[in-house]
Amino acid sequence: MIDGIRVSALNAWFNGVHVLHGIDLTMAPKAVTAIIGPSGCGKSTFIRCLNRMHEVVPGATVSGTVLVEGENLYAAGVDPVQVRRRIGMVFQRPNPFPTMSVFDNVAAGLRLAGVRRRADLQEAVERALRQAALWDEVKDQLDKSGVSLSGGQQQRLCIARALAVEPTVLLMDEPCSALDPIATARIEELILELRSALTIVIVTHNMQQAARVSEATGFFLMGEMVEFGVTRALFTNPRDKRTEDYITGRFG
Amino acid sequence: MKPAGRRVVNVIMAWLTALAAGAVILPLLMIFGFLLFQGASAVNVDFFTHLPKPVGEDGGGMANAIVGSLVLVGMAAGIGLPIGILGGVYLAESRDRRLPWVVRFLADVLNGVPSIVVGIFAYTLVVLPMRRFSAFAGAVALAVIMLPIVVRTSEEIVRLVPSSLREAALALGIPEWKVVLRVVLPTARAGIITGVMVAVARVAGETAPLLFTAFGNRFWHQRLDQPIAALPLQIFAYAIAPYDDWHRQAWAGALVLIGMVFVVSLAARLATRGRFSGVR
Repeated sequence: MIDGIRVSALNAWFNGVHVLHGIDLTMAPKAVTAIIGPSGCGKSTFIRCLNRMHEVVPGATVSGTVLVEGENLYAAGVDPVQVRRRIGMVFQRPNPFPTMSVFDNVAAGLRLAGVRRRADLQEAVERALRQAALWDEVKDQLDKSGVSLSGGQQQRLCIARALAVEPTVLLMDEPCSALDPIATARIEELILELRSALTIVIVTHNMQQAARVSEATGFFLMGEMVEFGVTRALFTNPRDKRTEDYITGRFG
Repeated sequence: MKPAGRRVVNVIMAWLTALAAGAVILPLLMIFGFLLFQGASAVNVDFFTHLPKPVGEDGGGMANAIVGSLVLVGMAAGIGLPIGILGGVYLAESRDRRLPWVVRFLADVLNGVPSIVVGIFAYTLVVLPMRRFSAFAGAVALAVIMLPIVVRTSEEIVRLVPSSLREAALALGIPEWKVVLRVVLPTARAGIITGVMVAVARVAGETAPLLFTAFGNRFWHQRLDQPIAALPLQIFAYAIAPYDDWHRQAWAGALVLIGMVFVVSLAARLATRGRFSGVR
């Protein structure tokens, strides 16, 4: 059963401060949904609620439901570890494990989940690296340190690491904000290639990026979702005055 | 300030910092040179292979004390390191506020307790109930001295591991305990080893806490519940004795002790060197 991600009445707090106010939103499967908004609008908090990473921060709490493929991530008895195995995440800054080689970085998720067979690991690593469009660049340096790669390569390494455990959803929290324009373009190409295989949610403060890669876009402001719709429509014909002000550069 | 003046200040300050850096290693170099000068002549094969000779006879060695020191420090590390490193991980990773604060504070207090007092503690805790001095009692005393050093350095280093790595690992669906064991600790490895070596070097030279725990022994010890020889004890005993030959051997013992700490530190660093570096 594939019906994307359905978020309803999602609220989030940090130490009692209400940072997300009743978000309701449905994201299509095998498509790219972008979340835009100014700094501090709650877009990162929102995406971290989609794989239960929000609660990792001390003092952070959540209420509401998030249905992924019909299953509520916040139902009683759901193990966040299992949730995160199905819902991968890529962060703002490339964060490969510094003590591991390129190969070990990609294999980390599987290895720490108990996969031991060398052949299985090799196959998964190659598949993930190909999927992340990094295989040709690193196939001869799989034994080198993960942090010896360039910033853009490191970010694709992190994408490969997330893909290796075969998630059905990939969350990307401003994946290009630490990268130069060329590396950014490569990641965007990659996103377009990956969307046939995965449901992708990308947080970005770059509106052009949202316009280029996503089918649907949500605009967040001060912890609320102001507007959600088809990307083209939202950018060319916003319904809400605040959305219009933001995308025309009047604030943010 | 004018450019010329700024340049002069720059040169002066650069020299001052270089001088201060030199001053840090100067005492070590002087100690080492002095030990070489005084003790090198007494370091020979006998010193490493023979027991101490009876009073009045020249020659003999400190073989028992060398082995004794290795046994004592090894046992102390066996007790102190697991507790210290795990405790440090707890202090760094715990979400609780109060208990870590208390433990941290008390660890700092423990670090300041004079080592002779730690000796008395081990005496009361181990020697009195067992009714004898023993290697085990000595190791307990040394372990207590190691604990606060290892706990605090491990904590500081584990804290230095960027939270982005923890998040990356958690987001892969790795359980928290495995994240700590397989991602955080390997990243912190080099720094933790530094703390461990500081602690080992510190206790290897401790004399006071061994006086009434390990007690010293002029013969080969047989069992861990018997008194055991240790280099610092032997050095102390020989240094305050009235014989020139013993004085020479005390110098030699000090030289060997420093050499052992040096070799152990180097070996530990090489043996635990990862392929890629983490936090130092």
